[in-house]
Amino acid sequence: MKYLDEYRDADAARKLAKQIANISTQPWTIMEVCGGQTHAIVRFGIDQLLPPNITLVHGPGCPVCVTPVEIIDQAIEIAGRSSVIFTSFGDMLRVPGTVEDLLSVKARGGDVRMVYSPMDALAMARANPDREVVFFAVGFETTAPANAMAVAEARRQQITNFSILVSHVLVPPAMEAILSSPRCRVQGFLAAGHVCTIMGSSEYAPLVQKYHVPIVITGFEPLDILDGIRRCIEQLEDGRAEVENAYARAVFLEGNRPAQALIADVFRVVHRRWRGIGEIPQSGLALSEKYAEFDAELRFGVAGRTVEESSECLSGLVLQGLKKPQECPAFGTRCTPDRPLGATMVSAEGACAAYYRYRHFSEPNYVG
Amino acid sequence: MSDEFSVSCPAPHTDSERVLLAHGGGGRLMHALLENLILPAFRNPLLEQRHDGAVFDVPGRIAFTTDSYVVKPIFFPGGDIGNLAVHGTINDLAMCGARPVSLSAAFILEEGFPMDDLRRITESMRAAAQDVPIVTGDTKVVDRGKGDGIYITTAGVGVVEHTFTIGPASVRPGDAVLVSGDLGRHGIAVLAQREGFSFETTIESDTASLWDAVSELLRAQVTIHCLRDLTRGGLASALNEIAGTAGVSIALNEALVPVSDDVRGACEILGLDPLYVANEGRFVCFVPADEAGRAITALRSTDVAHGVVLAGRVVEGPKGRVTVKSPIGATRILDMLSGEQLPRIC
Repeated sequence: MKYLDEYRDADAARKLAKQIANISTQPWTIMEVCGGQTHAIVRFGIDQLLPPNITLVHGPGCPVCVTPVEIIDQAIEIAGRSSVIFTSFGDMLRVPGTVEDLLSVKARGGDVRMVYSPMDALAMARANPDREVVFFAVGFETTAPANAMAVAEARRQQITNFSILVSHVLVPPAMEAILSSPRCRVQGFLAAGHVCTIMGSSEYAPLVQKYHVPIVITGFEPLDILDGIRRCIEQLEDGRAEVENAYARAVFLEGNRPAQALIADVFRVVHRRWRGIGEIPQSGLALSEKYAEFDAELRFGVAGRTVEESSECLSGLVLQGLKKPQECPAFGTRCTPDRPLGATMVSAEGACAAYYRYRHFSEPNYVG
Repeated sequence: MSDEFSVSCPAPHTDSERVLLAHGGGGRLMHALLENLILPAFRNPLLEQRHDGAVFDVPGRIAFTTDSYVVKPIFFPGGDIGNLAVHGTINDLAMCGARPVSLSAAFILEEGFPMDDLRRITESMRAAAQDVPIVTGDTKVVDRGKGDGIYITTAGVGVVEHTFTIGPASVRPGDAVLVSGDLGRHGIAVLAQREGFSFETTIESDTASLWDAVSELLRAQVTIHCLRDLTRGGLASALNEIAGTAGVSIALNEALVPVSDDVRGACEILGLDPLYVANEGRFVCFVPADEAGRAITALRSTDVAHGVVLAGRVVEGPKGRVTVKSPIGATRILDMLSGEQLPRIC
C-alpha cells in the first residue's frame, strides 16, 4: 500500500538498525514522547532490532492515560444526566473513574455515544435542540484545533445546547517537567510528529538550549522511528543538542498557523493535573473567557474536585520514563487491561497496555 | 374460501406498509404476513406443511447450532441481516464439517418496521438459503422502541459425513494454519455504513456460505484438525481461543495474512487492527503440515476460499500463546482483546 509499505520495509529497517548499532559507542536512553510511537514500537517490535545499549523509555504522550481521574468522574456525572447526550472518542469510554467508566453509565441508561469528530457532536446538538450535547475534549495539540473549531462553529451557528468538557494537555511543558526532575534519565527525545505538524518545531529550541538535550521530531511508522533514533544517537555521540526534523514530509518550522490561531482564540493556557504525574504549570488548555459559555464544567457545575489515585499504581513513574511497565509488581497480576489500576493499562497507547498486549510471553518460533 | 380471499378480506390492514403489533398477534394479520411474505420467500415442502415443527429424516451423526443476529445497520454494502443470518448458521455447521441440511428462522420485529425492508430481507434470506431450506420459523412483534427494527435467530441441522474429530482438541504442534482469504471486509463495511464514513471505494462485506470450501476439503480427503469462522474478534480472537483450548502455541506471520488495501487504509485511519476485525465469509483451517499443499489446492478451486494462504504454524510452547511476526521481522504477542476494539484518539 503506497505511503505505508515504504515505511515498513524489513530490509530498510534492518539497515537502519545496523547503522544505529554501528554509531552507538555507549549506553543511551531515549524517550519517545507520544503514545502512538510507543504503540508502533511495541506492535512492530522496533526495540527488538536495537542494540542492547540503547534503551527506549515511554513518555507521557497518551492523552487517555494522563487525563486525571477527577475529570473522568466529572464526565461520568454529566453523562448520567437525563438531559445530556455525552459524546467522546472511543478509547475514553473504557477509562475507569473512581467507581466506574463511561460504558457503565451507558449500560445504566445514560446516553453516551462514540463519535469520530467533535463536528459530529456539534451536528448531534443541531439535530437535538431539546438535549444538551457534551463533547469530551481530550488530547494534545493534535486534537485541539478540531475541538476549537467545533466551539467556534457552535458560536457562529448559535448552537447553544453544545458544550465541551476540556482536558487538553500540552507536550513541551511535560517534557520540561521530565527534564527538570532530579531523577531524569532521559538523554534524548523523539518528539511527537503530529503535534509538531500543528505547532511547528520552534517550540523546542528553548528546551534544547536549557537542558542540552537532542530533540528529534519523529513520525509513527517503523522507519520513521528508527530514523529518529539514529539521528538522536548521532547527536548524542557528537555531543550535539539540536532540534532536528526527521518527519519533514509533514512538519514545517512554523507549523499550521491557522490551527494555532484558532487554538489561541478558543483556548487559554492553564495549569493542569496529569494523571500519575501531578500538576504541571502552564501544561494544559481551558476555554478562553470569550468561549466560557461552552464550558461543560461550568454549565453543569462539576468543577473543583480532586481524587486520590491508587498508591499501588506506578503509572506516574512509567509516564516519566523512570520505570518500565514490567517493573511494576502489579503488572499482569493485579493490573491487567480487564482490571486496570491505572490509565497506562487502559488505553491501547498506554505503555503498560502495549507491553501487556504484545509482550507477556517470551520469544517464539515462526513460519515464513 | 380461497387463501387469497381470506387474507385480503375483510381486514384492510393487510396492505399495511409497516409491521403492526397485530402482525405478531396470532390472528388474521399474522396469517397474512406468513401467507404473503414469509411462505412465498422460503417455500419448501416441509414449511408448507404449516405444522408446529418440521419432521424429517437425517442419516447418522448430526451437528446442531444456533445464532442470533442484531447487526446495525440492517443493510450494508455486500449484504444485510437476512443473508448474514443464513450464512452465519450454515457456516457454524460447516465449521463442524457438517453438510447443512435445514434451517429455522425466528424474527423479532419492532412495531413500525417497514414491510418493504422485511420483504427485502426475506428475499435476501431466500437467495442465501437456496441449497439449505428454511423448514420452520417464528415471528414476534414487540412494541415500538422495544427493539431495533429486526432481530433474527437462525438454527441449523447438518449431517456429519466424515470420521474426523474437527475441533481444537485435534490441533497438534506442527499443524499448518491456513487463512481462507483477505480479512476485515465485513467489519469495516458495517462500521463505515453505521458511522457514515466514505472511502475511495465502497468496501463490501464478505458475507458468504463457507460450505463449498469445507466440502472441497472433505472431497480432497484432507485430514481436517480444526475449522473456525473468523467472526467477532477476527483472526486474532479465533487463534487465541483455539490455542487456549488445544493447549498449544500458534505462530502467525503478519506479512502473509491477506488484507486488501482499502481495508488496510480504513484500519490505519481509524486505529484498528485488521487481525481483530470481524469477517462473515472467512475461516481458519488447521491441517497436518504435509497435507497443507493439498488443502490449499482444494480451497483455491472454490470461489469463497480462492485467496487461501498458509499464514502460520502450531508450535510447541506455552498453552494459549499466539505470536505474530511483524512486517519488519520482530515478534509480538497477538492477544485476545479485553473488549470491543475502539478507535484511538490520535
